[in-house]
Amino acid sequence: MLYGLLFFEFFKIGLFAIGGGMVTIPFLFDLTKKYDWFSAEELTNMIAVSQSTPGPVGVNMATYAGFQTAGITGGLVATFGLVLPSVIIVIWVSKLLNKYAENPWIQAIMSSIRPAVAALILLAGVELCKLSVTDWQSALFATAFFLLVHFYPKSPIFYILLAAVLGIVLKL
Amino acid sequence: MSEYGKIFVSFFKIGLFTFGGGYAMLPLFRQELVNKREYIDENELLDYYSIGQCTPGVIAVNVATFTGYKICGVWGAVVATFAINLPSLVIIMALAGILNTLSENPLVAQAFAGIRVGVIALILNEVIALFKKSIVSKFQIGMFVCILILLFAVHLSAIAVVLFAAATGGVKYWWGK
Repeated sequence: MLYGLLFFEFFKIGLFAIGGGMVTIPFLFDLTKKYDWFSAEELTNMIAVSQSTPGPVGVNMATYAGFQTAGITGGLVATFGLVLPSVIIVIWVSKLLNKYAENPWIQAIMSSIRPAVAALILLAGVELCKLSVTDWQSALFATAFFLLVHFYPKSPIFYILLAAVLGIVLKL
Repeated sequence: MSEYGKIFVSFFKIGLFTFGGGYAMLPLFRQELVNKREYIDENELLDYYSIGQCTPGVIAVNVATFTGYKICGVWGAVVATFAINLPSLVIIMALAGILNTLSENPLVAQAFAGIRVGVIALILNEVIALFKKSIVSKFQIGMFVCILILLFAVHLSAIAVVLFAAATGGVKYWWGK
């Protein structure tokens, strides 16, 4: 029964949280009021951990919350519930897109949306800057790292590992 | 390796090596899917992000489902979605007991501080790359500036600006006909 409830609650979050991982947070706070699965304080820790472990933040939070509530099966059920609505909807939208990809209306609309996504990406970068670039050391590191990334293109995996090592070496 | 095996490896890698979710995952999506495997092109990846922003659920997962479907239909979508989720499932559940104390370890905290700054550089570099390939016409550059203003000055939500851009694109096409 607990598994059924977990599945149902996370399916609802997956269906109504539009706009990505962070949007799931208010829904998860609602769960702390409705059930005694985890407290608001535990949830705050989960958010911090989910942002620093690999993978999509929303998925990390569902797995963590499900695991806290009902062990490994709980983690699996919550994650499956979260992902299922979007998989069904995205496959359906994909079919439509394939059918109408050559339609000039769709092409005009998509080419108009692309700059909006670029602006959203820039906004995400700026928001991260506000959080992480707090003193002149981190500002210098960010600038130097950007020049490196821009002028010596290598795999992002390489740069993420390098950033981790540099963080330790420079005691950020 | 079968096509499904390749899809699995690509998306597993993306799930394993990206921190922060959403747009922080874009550089690795591009490296794996556009540059290396050539499954989709630059514009398709952006389209998936923009639609993934407006469909329910986690954006990165939506992009994985879109790309998987494009490569191999419904089963491609299922494999890609499963693979991008798997690292999270394994890591979170294996480490759940120690994660809170782990993040207080000074070495781990420094490594993550480094990663957070590194990810900013990767994201900003991504915006520059977009201008070379996907934002080329005067109309698109104007739209970019307009959306920036709406985001930073008016604080419109992501979905609202995507819908605004879509509506403007539609009206412009109708006007030009």
